[in-house]
Amino acid sequence: MLCICPQETAMRKFEPFAGRLISIPVDNIDTDQIIPARFLKTISKEGLGDQLFYDWRYDAGGRPRADFALNRPEARGARILLAGDNFGCGSSREHAPWALAQFGFRAVISSSFADIFRQNALKNALLPIAVSREIHRELLDLAVSAPEAVVRVDLAAQTIRLPDGRAFSFPIDGFARQCLLEGVDELGYVLNRESDIAAFEAGRKSLIHTLA
Amino acid sequence: MKRQRVVPARCYRQAAVSWNVRIHMPDRNHRPQTIIEKVWDAHVVCQESGAPALLYVDLHLIHEVTSPQAFDGLRRRGLRVRRPDLTIATADHSVPTTDPALPVRDEVAARQVEQLQHNCRDFGITCLGPGDPRQGIVHVIGPELGLTLPGMTVVCGDSHTATHGAFGALAFGIGTSEVEMVLAGQCLLQRRPMTCLVSVDGRLAPGVAAKDLILALIAQFGVGGGTGCVLEYRGAAIRALSMEERMTVCNMSIEAGARAGLVAPDDVTLEYLSGRPYAPLNRDWDEAVARWKRLPTDDGASYDKTVSLDASEVAPMITFGTNPGMGVPVTAPVPDPADVRDASVRDSLVKALRYMDLEPGIPLLGRPVNVVFIGSCTNGRLSDLRAAASMLRGRKVHPGVRVLVVPGSQAVKRQAESEGLHKVFLDAGAEWRQPGCSMCIAMNGDELRPGEYCVSTSNRNFEGRQGKGGRTLLASPLTAAACAVTGRVTDARYMLGT
Repeated sequence: MLCICPQETAMRKFEPFAGRLISIPVDNIDTDQIIPARFLKTISKEGLGDQLFYDWRYDAGGRPRADFALNRPEARGARILLAGDNFGCGSSREHAPWALAQFGFRAVISSSFADIFRQNALKNALLPIAVSREIHRELLDLAVSAPEAVVRVDLAAQTIRLPDGRAFSFPIDGFARQCLLEGVDELGYVLNRESDIAAFEAGRKSLIHTLA
Repeated sequence: MKRQRVVPARCYRQAAVSWNVRIHMPDRNHRPQTIIEKVWDAHVVCQESGAPALLYVDLHLIHEVTSPQAFDGLRRRGLRVRRPDLTIATADHSVPTTDPALPVRDEVAARQVEQLQHNCRDFGITCLGPGDPRQGIVHVIGPELGLTLPGMTVVCGDSHTATHGAFGALAFGIGTSEVEMVLAGQCLLQRRPMTCLVSVDGRLAPGVAAKDLILALIAQFGVGGGTGCVLEYRGAAIRALSMEERMTVCNMSIEAGARAGLVAPDDVTLEYLSGRPYAPLNRDWDEAVARWKRLPTDDGASYDKTVSLDASEVAPMITFGTNPGMGVPVTAPVPDPADVRDASVRDSLVKALRYMDLEPGIPLLGRPVNVVFIGSCTNGRLSDLRAAASMLRGRKVHPGVRVLVVPGSQAVKRQAESEGLHKVFLDAGAEWRQPGCSMCIAMNGDELRPGEYCVSTSNRNFEGRQGKGGRTLLASPLTAAACAVTGRVTDARYMLGT
C-alpha cells in the first residue's frame, strides 16, 4: 500500500452508505451558486451548511423557496446530490464542498465535474461520482418518480446500487480512493516525502532572488 | 479488498544536479515536448506508481479569503511554513476600494484581512497588505513585481491564477486544503494534465481586444471544453499581443474549464520582465534567459486536443447569459432557445435568459445599462485603463449610469495617475477607486442592486456574482467605456477616432 503518514488521520474512514437522491438538474452549476461569495468572509470552515445554495434556496426576504429541491420534505436526510453536467465550475473556493458536506451530502453525482471542485471534494470526503449521460438520465428519472428511493454507494467496490438491485460502477482516482477508504489525508503523504523534497530543492536554484 | 502495491519509481534523490541541466538535457532520442510537459517534468519531485506526482511549487501566492483555514490547519498540526521565502501574501478580495481614511464598514471583512496579517507575521511570510505601496489584486502584482517568471510553477487559492501562464509559467488555482499542503510541504499532489493547443492565427481588427478574443474562444469551446487540460495559446495573433493582453487571455482559461493556460515566453516577455523588482539580475538574468529560450514547445510535439480560432473574424464580444460561454458579437442577436436541439443546453439557455430578463432573437445593442465596472484581474491593468480612458476622454458618462474604475494595484493606480488617466475618468463622471477585486466578486461592498445591468470587464457573469440579483454583461474595457458614455450596450467601433 501507499505509505501515508500514520498520524494523519484527520478524516473518518469512508464506509459504504445508503441515502436518498436530491436532484438539481442544472448544467454548469458554479461555486458562486453553491455558496455565494459574500459568505466567504469567514475565517472558519464551520457553519456553511446553512448558506449552501443560499440564493437559490431563499427569497429576497430570507424565506425558503418551496420549489427549490433542498427545501422539499424529501431533502431532509438526503445524502446524495444529483446535479447537471460540469458541476462546480468557476471559483476554487473549498467553501463549496465544505457547505455541501455540512448540509449532509456524502456524494455528488454528475456527468462531469470541474477540475478544482473535484480535487476539493475528494479532500473533504465528499465523493464526486461521474457517470455517463445515460445513467445520469436514469438516476434523474428515479429521483423524480421515486423520491424516497434509497441508493447505495460503495467506494471500495466503486459502485452505486439502485433499489432494484442494478449496480453501476464509477471511476475514481486510485490514490484518492485509498486515502478516503483509510481515512487519511494527503498532506501526510507529502510530509512523509520530506527527504525527496529537500533533495529536489538542493539541486535547484530559486529564481526569486529577494523574497523574504 | 484489493490494494495496489506501490513501488517508488523515479523518486528524485540526486542532490548535486543543477536544475537547468535536468530540465533541458539535450537528448536526441527524447520525443518532442510541449512547454506544458517541459515545465511539468522539471517540477516532479517524486512519482510513485499509483500515486499522483509530487509537484514542486516555485511561487505560492496567498490572499485573505482562501488562506485562514489553511493556517488553522498548520497550527492544529504544529507545522511551520516550509518556504516562506517562496510565499507572498496580499489582501485584495474583501478590501474596500473607497477612501482608505474612512472607517471600515464591514467588520467581518476587516477581521479577515487582520487575520491574514497576523498569520503572515506568525509564519514569516511577506504580506503586501493594506497600506503597502505594492498591494493589489494578487494576479496583477505577481507579474508587475517580477515574481512570476517563465518556466515556474505558480499556485494560489484562486482560480484566476491561470493569469500567470502569460509568462510561460504553469499556474493554477487550488483549494484551501492544497494551500495548506503547499504551505507545509511546498508541493502538491497532481495528476499529469492533458495538453490542449489553442491555435489563434490572423490579426485582431481595430476596436477588438484580447478580452473579445478570449470571450469568443470560450463561446466556441464551451465552459467545460478545457476540463482536465492545460491550454497552450499559440499563433500569430497571440504573438502580437502585449504581456498585459496575454494575461487577459490566460486569466480566463478557467472559464473554459482549464485550470491553466499559458503562452511560451518570447522577446515580449523578456522586455516586460527586465528590471522588475524581483526578476533576476545580471548573470542570473542571462542564465535565466538562456533557460527560458529552451522552454517553447518543440517542433513536432503533439497535444491531446486542439482548437483553433481566426482572430481576424473576432468582433467585440458581450455576454448575454449566466456563464462566460454565453457570449455573442455585440451586434448579434441573443440566441433563441427554440433553435437549440440539445435539451440540457436549451434548459440552461432558458434559465439564463429568465435570470437576465432578456428576449431571445434580439441584439443587446441599445439595451440600457445601469452600471459599468472597469477593473479586476482580467482587465485592471494600465493598458486596460488607457483603453477605457481613450473612449472617455472629452466625453461624459451618461446620466444615471454609475461607473466604477478600479485599478488592479497600487502600482497601476500610481502609473495611471501619473498619466492623468484618473482625471479623464473623474472629469467624465466616473468613480476612481482604490485597488482591489471590487465588483468582480462583490465581497467588499461594491455591488449591484437586484435587477441592475452591469457591463463589466471582469471574468464571471454567474448569477449574483456582482451582487445578489445583479445582471452582468462581460465585455472589454473599450466596450465598457463606450457603454458608460451612451448608457446603452454599444459597439465601440462606431465611436473610435471621433
